[in-house]
Amino acid sequence: MEALFFWIFAIGMVGSALAVIFNRNPVACALCLVGTFVFLAALFITLEAFFLAAVQIIVYAGAVMVLFLFIIMLLDIKAEKKKPIPYGKIGLVIILSLIFGFFFNIVLNGLPNGQSILHWGTASTQDAKEIGMILFSKYILPFVVTGVLLLVATLGVVLLSKREV
Amino acid sequence: MNWLTEITLNHYLALSGILFMIGMAGVMIRRSILVIYMCLELMLNAANLALVAFNRFSPAARDYDGQIMVFFIITVAAAEVAVGLALIVSLYRLRQTTNVNDLNSLKF
Repeated sequence: MEALFFWIFAIGMVGSALAVIFNRNPVACALCLVGTFVFLAALFITLEAFFLAAVQIIVYAGAVMVLFLFIIMLLDIKAEKKKPIPYGKIGLVIILSLIFGFFFNIVLNGLPNGQSILHWGTASTQDAKEIGMILFSKYILPFVVTGVLLLVATLGVVLLSKREV
Repeated sequence: MNWLTEITLNHYLALSGILFMIGMAGVMIRRSILVIYMCLELMLNAANLALVAFNRFSPAARDYDGQIMVFFIITVAAAEVAVGLALIVSLYRLRQTTNVNDLNSLKF
């Protein structure tokens, strides 16, 4: 059953990711990206990372994509015009994919196959509590530094958005 | 058809690699800077998927280190999106374009 869910979500995610890069209209791209994030959150649930699935939906599909759509509307971006196909770039993509596939093959062959079968329902369902406990004890310093990063990012955005400094 | 019904770590890693390559191809073939930015988000999420999968399939099933790393990546990505979009807006004010082919004054 979990295999069926995995394949549904995987195919949906790859399909909407392909739609992101093949749509010419930026608004359609953004909506397909929302679909990709939702499918990715579903895959997180198949990996029993329930808290991260919720965070993925709230932060990415909620906040980040609204920001993207807001900027698209603000800048009034038109759909890209058709241009001659960039064969050089497509060749570069194919070559990089082959290199990537080569390394990927090495990684996959190095893994012990068959030992890593997913057993559904063995993880804790209280992962938000567990993550909170670890986040505020073992990872307290990175947590605080992330807070500083968010402050700096906020100040940077305000500074960049001012018309005259 | 064992690979079809038994989902292993390799399935998730392959999916993560496919998503990363789609994002990378998008960065290379698209010309609108906003869509390039969306493809960067795709690549970040591919890394997140790999980390969550490694965390789930690790022998020490009860540690959440991988998920916490993903948590931090999501936070940093949100900050990055905010700053990057502010940069794109100020670029648009300066040049009235978001097409990367028109932004070539630093090109060698």
